[in-house]
Amino acid sequence: MADELIIAGRAFCSRLMVGTGKFPSPEVMRDALDASGTEIVTVALRRVDLEYPGQDLLSFIDRSRYLLLPNTSGARTAKEAVRLARLAKAAGLSDWVKLEVVPDPRYLLPDPVETLKAAEELLSLGFVVLPYINADPVLAKRLEALGTATVMPLGSPIGSNRGLKTRDAIAIIIEQAEVPVVVDAGLGAPSHAAEAMEMGADAVLVNTAIATAEDPVRMARAFRLGVEAGREAFLAGRAPVKERAEASSPLTGFLETIS
Amino acid sequence: MSFVQELDHLPFEELEAAALSSNDDSVSRALSRSALGGLDLHDFAALISPAAGKRLEDLARVAHALTVQRFGRTIQLFAPLYVSNECVSTCAYCGFSRPNQVSRLTLSPKDVLEEARLLLGQGFRHILLVSGDHPKKVSTSYLEEVIGLLHPIVPSISLEVATFPEEDYRRLASAGVEGVVVYQETYKRDTYSAVHLKGPKRNFQWRLDTPERAARAGMRRIGIGVLLGLANWMRDALALVAHARYLMRRCWQSFLTVSVPRLRPAAGGFVPLHSIGDREFVQLVCSLRLALPEAGIVLSTRERPELRDGLLRLGVTHMSAGSRTMPGGYKGQVYAEPQFELEDHRTPAEMAERVRALGYDPVWKDWEAVLHGYDHC
Repeated sequence: MADELIIAGRAFCSRLMVGTGKFPSPEVMRDALDASGTEIVTVALRRVDLEYPGQDLLSFIDRSRYLLLPNTSGARTAKEAVRLARLAKAAGLSDWVKLEVVPDPRYLLPDPVETLKAAEELLSLGFVVLPYINADPVLAKRLEALGTATVMPLGSPIGSNRGLKTRDAIAIIIEQAEVPVVVDAGLGAPSHAAEAMEMGADAVLVNTAIATAEDPVRMARAFRLGVEAGREAFLAGRAPVKERAEASSPLTGFLETIS
Repeated sequence: MSFVQELDHLPFEELEAAALSSNDDSVSRALSRSALGGLDLHDFAALISPAAGKRLEDLARVAHALTVQRFGRTIQLFAPLYVSNECVSTCAYCGFSRPNQVSRLTLSPKDVLEEARLLLGQGFRHILLVSGDHPKKVSTSYLEEVIGLLHPIVPSISLEVATFPEEDYRRLASAGVEGVVVYQETYKRDTYSAVHLKGPKRNFQWRLDTPERAARAGMRRIGIGVLLGLANWMRDALALVAHARYLMRRCWQSFLTVSVPRLRPAAGGFVPLHSIGDREFVQLVCSLRLALPEAGIVLSTRERPELRDGLLRLGVTHMSAGSRTMPGGYKGQVYAEPQFELEDHRTPAEMAERVRALGYDPVWKDWEAVLHGYDHC
């Protein structure tokens, strides 16, 4: 049976989502998307020029091949996020939305309260909602209970390339989740992506590490392989990590001799 | 609380002395700390020191890496739209200064719309409305009317006009203004008084507190800066970084940009009191990137093309192009005096092509009009 990722009833073969910011040119972005094998591409609505279609980065994304996932980057309140999502829907871009409510332009950390409010409203409007959150297991369960399609906890702050700094909390989110868990933000190397997948994450989202590499296309391929390797390792059931060396002769063997 | 208390207690003499006595070790220490994000004002003093000037290539490498990590290989393009050159302040260095016998003009809101349409046609989606210091001609009501016309077609509108009370900024934010740009020009009080001779701009602290007022009123983007050539550049750079850090703590919901324009020849014939050479200017831009990894750095067409092209890889994130610094300048049929002379006369299309040739993506649009407004107040 194929190892498919199912989100809101839709099946995907790739478990790598890719962001479209920070690339040195739209052509490089297009080639990197191709090399990554991704099927879900996220785009900041603030970068999309709805007034002048065909002149911006959307025209470099083949929508017959990729699911376009608009994000609400720039929104710092629930109201603003909802406004952006409705704009995307009205323009026929998508009724899927990667919900980002980020009041802090410096560390780009999401606001849990506004995210929850926005998710509730967007769900009531019929959107498929994929919320970006801090690695907070309780918030993840609350969003899941509302009906979000995934939860997307951050590994470390966006663009920091620091890897899974929130590893322990992400492990709890994965253990408890009944919707796909997508580790988003902070993954700086394919090994970080592999680590998240080995832990049992359903998918990862990568942007900065690919877009700002010296060779973004090659790095996109590297992430594809990292994600596949991590997923294979998870499915193979990796041997548990042992805290200390184990004695090779049993400590209770004497019981056999005295019986 | 105001930045003025912090400014008045900054140990400038000590910091300037530290800069002048910096050696290779203090520069190395500052460089290694900047990679980790833990740079203090003493480190910044080391980075702008003559000793660091000898290690410009090292500074440039770190500045480049930090910029690419944060912003990618992208340059956001914007255009200034001068709505008026009328001014009630007397400022020794500025072409718009009240006593200057130049032709004066304030565009009607419809004329502003016409200029904006020309800029949209050139590709711009980020427009900065600029004027002299005339709170009556370019009033909050006038600006509301202008913004009412522009907002449906311009995704991002910012202001570099007279300074206003918080209430006015609140009105302007809800009308659709994304950002406010207000340069202190110089943080040195005696120099400030010596060049700002008359008018509302003479009030040092009011101006100093303006970015904070604007952010409190809901402005999403705040631009600060100094005009290099008025006071010693090291001192103003130290104060600028301190101000930026203060604003990042206090106004943590607003995106901060910094700018360090060099004084250009203008009507009135003001001669710069201090100068900063190209090499030091590049050192300053790199040092600002190291001290403020998350801030935008804005570079105008005051600088020469060769310098702009070089700085594009060293920390600069926002650039104007094809600028006209007089009201009505894009249409070009009405005549009014420019604020200052320009050095880079490339058209927006030529600039975008050059950005691409340098391996960067020229970004015309990175905001959405529906994001304006503040829901918390």
